[in-house]
Amino acid sequence: MKYGFELAAMLVASVLALLGAAFAKDPQFQAHAWILFFVLAAGSVVLLRNTKFAAAGHPGAVEDTSGYMDEVVKYGVIATTFWGVVGFLVGVVIALQMAWPEFNIEPYLNFGRIRPLHTSAVIFAFGGNALLATSFYVVQRTTRARLWGGNLPWFVFWGYQLFIVLAATGYVLGITQGREYAEPEWYVDIWITVVWVAYLAVFVGTLVKRKEPHIYVANWFYLAFIITIAMLHLVNNLAVPVSFLGSKSYSAFAGVQDALTQWWYGHNAVGFFLTAGFLGMMYYFVPKQANRPVYSYRLSIVHFWSLIFLYIWAGPHHLHYTALPDWAQTLGMVFSVMLWMPSWGGMINGLMTLSGAWDKLRTDPILRMMVLALAFYGMSTFEGPMMSIKSVNSLSHYTDWTIGHVHSGALGWVGMISFGAVYYLVPKLWHREQLYSLRLVNWHLWLATIGIVIYAAVLWVAGITQGLMWREYDSQGFLVNSFIETVNAIHPEYVMRAIGGALYLAGGLVMAYNVYRTIRGDVRKEVPMGASATAAVPAE
Amino acid sequence: MDYETLRHAADSWGLLYLTVLFAGFVIYTFRPGSKSVAQDMAKLPLREDDNNG
Repeated sequence: MKYGFELAAMLVASVLALLGAAFAKDPQFQAHAWILFFVLAAGSVVLLRNTKFAAAGHPGAVEDTSGYMDEVVKYGVIATTFWGVVGFLVGVVIALQMAWPEFNIEPYLNFGRIRPLHTSAVIFAFGGNALLATSFYVVQRTTRARLWGGNLPWFVFWGYQLFIVLAATGYVLGITQGREYAEPEWYVDIWITVVWVAYLAVFVGTLVKRKEPHIYVANWFYLAFIITIAMLHLVNNLAVPVSFLGSKSYSAFAGVQDALTQWWYGHNAVGFFLTAGFLGMMYYFVPKQANRPVYSYRLSIVHFWSLIFLYIWAGPHHLHYTALPDWAQTLGMVFSVMLWMPSWGGMINGLMTLSGAWDKLRTDPILRMMVLALAFYGMSTFEGPMMSIKSVNSLSHYTDWTIGHVHSGALGWVGMISFGAVYYLVPKLWHREQLYSLRLVNWHLWLATIGIVIYAAVLWVAGITQGLMWREYDSQGFLVNSFIETVNAIHPEYVMRAIGGALYLAGGLVMAYNVYRTIRGDVRKEVPMGASATAAVPAE
Repeated sequence: MDYETLRHAADSWGLLYLTVLFAGFVIYTFRPGSKSVAQDMAKLPLREDDNNG
């Protein structure tokens, strides 16, 4: 019977979730257990409708497993698009809350609860699905092997979506560890660990049965991302639950050790989730879209090792001028500055891959998107090391400059390279000749770019304003400004930030529409990119 | 193992170990024999069989 084991496991898990709801120690855990129960019950019904009862060996029971496993990649691409739009939308809502506090709808939708909803939605739901989908696609093509593990990739995909649903509903219910980018509580942490181990097994299993003699560099980056995230997640989430069926836990660390563990995790989440993983994407999709070999393969190897060796030490720059020992702060700063080199080496390698194909930028908005991603990678990896220098950090830290910096990296680099990969993948996966519309890709490109530029620029102004106002003393040695005065001063910037975010969201909606029409098989009648509307029409 | 031991292990032998390891990787990457492999691998994304997508 197809899915027999999966179905049994889901039904048992549903009953366990029901028992969890019955014996919960606190109302949050109870609400979460109910959500889990309904999700698992609905999943069981869907599985039951898709199952086949034919006996093993019967022709109807045999599945074709000869080619690549692309169905799960298709789901991943749709999930990427969906969660992208959701994450951007929540981002615009919290930007509006910053500008006008009336948008805080208590208790479920106030800033404190939906801010982690935004960060997790864009990083883990949008970015994570993009990484899952592209890593499954790329590892198959570059090893010429089908994904290892039978139905295990499906478990990884659906298990990851369940993690997203539990994390997101948990934030709204008020369940949090209070650790940035690691807000989900202990039981959700255990679940994602199980899913992640399965992900690692699928990836490594596919590498082991590869038909190519060497492992292509994109897979090195993906593998580093998977392994390092596992390590970071396990250490940062060491905690003792208060009760077996309760939503509260306490960290195994205390004081500055706790803070350092958190920022060792936090910064490497940026380094290995948002950088290494997406560099894997870059090293496959940029050569494919440009139809050019990687500019320097040996540079890409040096890029890889220097990123791995340096990034892991950069976390302490989040704790400048705190109780963290001075030498550790300086270490974090020095490694952050050194990181500039591999980052720019990688950016140059990506950009130079276009050698001999630069003319394609005139007609190919997808390639334009990838080049913009690399440009933003270069800009934010220059800005980051600069901000990690202690004297600069004394002005920038805790201000909106940091938020602006994160978004130029996240919207510019992570977002743009993912959009490029989605636009590359959709026609390939659904066997369409071309995208529904390249002109719409160009619209997306410019909406997103203008959005990012507005966002980053106004937060530079806001951040430096805040930083200068916070440190302004009068002749008596008293602080000149109260905190609320600094908030009032940057209200115009907060409004403009929301506008920048709304433009980026609009770009995401254009992408969702384009993806939908491409999957349907439609092609828009339009003037090709690079040709003008008045160009002569060839005679019939 | 207390803080002091760990800290001194990190900034002496630990640092040396990682530096040597890193230098080894870079030298290995740039050894003369790796050139042809690297040139071949740079083209890998472009030469996949099309019937599989």
